[in-house]
Amino acid sequence: MDSRSDSGAGPSGPTGPQTACAGPWWRARFILSGGGALAAVCLLVAAPLNAQGLPDPLTTTPGDPVRGEAIVTDPQHGLCTLCHEGPFPQVPFAGNLGPDLTGVGARRAVPELRQQIVDSRIGNPDTIMPPYYTTDGRERVGARWQGATMLRAQEVEDVVAYLASLTGDMP
Amino acid sequence: MRRAIVFTVAFLLPGLAWSDDRRTGYDDMNADLQALQDDPMNPATFWVLDGERLWSEPAGTTAQSCADCHGSAEDSMQGVAARYPSFDESSGTAVDLLGRIALCQSRHQQTAQPRDRSDPDRLALLAYVTHQSRGLPIMPDEDPRLAPARARGEALFSSRMGQLNLSCAQCHDDNAGGYLAAARIPQAHPTGYPQYRLEWETIGSLDRRLAGCMTGVRADPFAPGSPELVALELFLKSRAAGLTVEALPIRP
Ligand code: HEC
Repeated sequence: MDSRSDSGAGPSGPTGPQTACAGPWWRARFILSGGGALAAVCLLVAAPLNAQGLPDPLTTTPGDPVRGEAIVTDPQHGLCTLCHEGPFPQVPFAGNLGPDLTGVGARRAVPELRQQIVDSRIGNPDTIMPPYYTTDGRERVGARWQGATMLRAQEVEDVVAYLASLTGDMP
Repeated sequence: MRRAIVFTVAFLLPGLAWSDDRRTGYDDMNADLQALQDDPMNPATFWVLDGERLWSEPAGTTAQSCADCHGSAEDSMQGVAARYPSFDESSGTAVDLLGRIALCQSRHQQTAQPRDRSDPDRLALLAYVTHQSRGLPIMPDEDPRLAPARARGEALFSSRMGQLNLSCAQCHDDNAGGYLAAARIPQAHPTGYPQYRLEWETIGSLDRRLAGCMTGVRADPFAPGSPELVALELFLKSRAAGLTVEALPIRP
């Protein structure tokens, strides 16, 4: 059944190694350690720091949080609310398999949010969250969805912009 | 004796959870649906009655009925559904109960094969045969020739698939009891197939249910009766060993 794998087919999201020393965690570390040992430490931890995210937007048009909200709250489109509750009372039945999205914009930086949407396996190989913007490593994908990512690049940016706006406390 | 078999099965399948926190789809239903299932004249009953009629109807070029060879189903078919899938000697493969009935129709009755494996008469016979195991514990067949298919089923259960890239185990082992939108995720014990699903407005086999889940994760479903689906059923039945066969269940 190897032929059914669509690894490498279609638009592969930018899931490769990212510049590691860009995240907020690193900035804190830089200040604490003073630049001297930084280069060495940065090399050592470069791989795990992929979890720090994707700093570069996927498109040149900035994400639109209003369109992002529409995608997130449409269970047929984003599918997000099948698993996530959040500050969207308009969704009658949200699932609870993933974390509540309330305040996610305060908990997570934009590069991390983008990485989580594009391919959450980078942060957690055992994740149940589907990869939204890569076709890497998928098996037995149905004909209708072969080679297609779950969201388009601009949609990912819209969703990221919406999530980044969710900085409030519990509703 | 029965205890001994169940124990041996649990012992032969190391790593399988053998605990009493297993819940069936019946346990997860609300009281109204449970009452509907418990009603002896629920919608699934008509299929059992149909099957009972077909059991003694001559069919095919041999013009023999199931009853001509098997006698009273109450006796000859008791416990059969609780034990399936089983090993078919002449093809050398694992076969599920629907496949076994299809084999009897083609080999022994020599009927023309319906295009749909789950043709309504065959489903009714499946319902009737399964009904003869109601209330019995699931007791997987210990034939060692089934072991490779059962192991394959276990591997498939943990294989991510589809655009959503999810395995059966990720939902039904790791997240059972959680909510996918409004739906409570069941532990996926096949205690009652065929079953009448309100969603389908008819009865359907495990094939159909598994295809539904596979389409749900946007995967290409395994074909009805395929070795993969029989393998999955073998594994699921081992995982559900000792749970009671419901015949026939109602599900939302
Ligand atoms: C001509 C005789 C004959 C007829 C008619 C017949 N069967 Fe069978 N059946 C067999 C034999 C023999 C077996 C054992 C497996 C084999 O050799 O095919 C069997 C096996 C089975 C089994 C599996 C039992 C077990 O313990 O594994 C089921 C279930 C079954 N038959 C159902 C049916 C049904 C339903 C019909 C009617 C549609 C039917 N059979 C018609 C001869 C028959």
